Amino acid sequence: MTMTDITNQEKQSTTHKLGIYLWIWGLLFVLSFFSYMVDYLNFQGLLRWFLILLFMFSKAGLIMAFFMHLFWERYALVNVLLWPMTAIACFVGLMVAESKYTFFTRLFYFVLGS
Amino acid sequence: MDQSALDKLPKGWGSIPSDLNSDQTAFKGVNWGKAMMWIFLLSDTFIFSCFLLSYMTDRGSTTVPWPNASEVFGLEVFGTSVPLLLIAIMTFVLISSSGTMALAVKNGYEKNRKLCAIFLLLTALGGLTFVGMQVFEWNKLIFHEGVRPWSNPMGAPQFGAFFFMITGFHGTHVSIGVIFLLIMARKTWRGDFDTDRKGYFTSMKSDYVAIEIMGLYWHFVDLVWVFIFAFFYLW
Repeated sequence: MTMTDITNQEKQSTTHKLGIYLWIWGLLFVLSFFSYMVDYLNFQGLLRWFLILLFMFSKAGLIMAFFMHLFWERYALVNVLLWPMTAIACFVGLMVAESKYTFFTRLFYFVLGS
Repeated sequence: MDQSALDKLPKGWGSIPSDLNSDQTAFKGVNWGKAMMWIFLLSDTFIFSCFLLSYMTDRGSTTVPWPNASEVFGLEVFGTSVPLLLIAIMTFVLISSSGTMALAVKNGYEKNRKLCAIFLLLTALGGLTFVGMQVFEWNKLIFHEGVRPWSNPMGAPQFGAFFFMITGFHGTHVSIGVIFLLIMARKTWRGDFDTDRKGYFTSMKSDYVAIEIMGLYWHFVDLVWVFIFAFFYLW
């Protein structure tokens, strides 16, 4: 196998059908419109948060999987990227608990206490 | 690495220990520039996460009411106030530019040199429009509504600090992206990747994979905006 054969093979594996990109593009527009409607229709409480996070993660997932080609990327690289991001998600959970605790102590000592 | 050698290596979960324990290169078959861009983007993810996390912690723990984003970022159109209109347009523009970037990458790999350069230019144009609207937004907040990093008339004083820091850092990323998009568009139009012309800084010949690496950065900027849009504007 010559060098040009090899590079040609690598090239072929990196192009994808136009339709995929157009579909993802369209989906991103629709999801963005939906997340804008969450604010426009003024949903509140748990429903608002559920919808915001649902649309956010769907958009992020579509961009990473198809626009950034992670869906076709070598699995070792995908894992090296996604596990640290999972750790960040745990960090978010910890800090939500922390901020609630701080909020509580502020109310308790500044407002009720003194 | 060619396909037949790649086929002999473990796939799926098995590729993780085998790649990370292997000689010479991890991530077999992945272009090194692409892998390095991903590592950079991962570190950039940590920086943006730190900003958004501290914003979340601060907003969640303050007893002072937070300014209502829906009203602060509203826009008057023909006398009626539409919530988040400017931000919605900015999101629309950035996603459009992400789409044109994806098409530039595809056309690059298919060696449609001029079409690739045109899509790169369109992407840069989208980025410029985005930054322009951000300037408009900052201008409105600073000079018309009196928002400062340490105070604002609408509520919690920390609002300004987080707003300027997070959107400013993102805007800087977009601006740097636009500069590189223009450079790449020029290189592509001139046919550097077909004639093996050596790069000005690297003195190395490059390939259309450079467009994909550029694309990774640009899609990442769009990705960060998805999170900023959700946490800063919709919350």
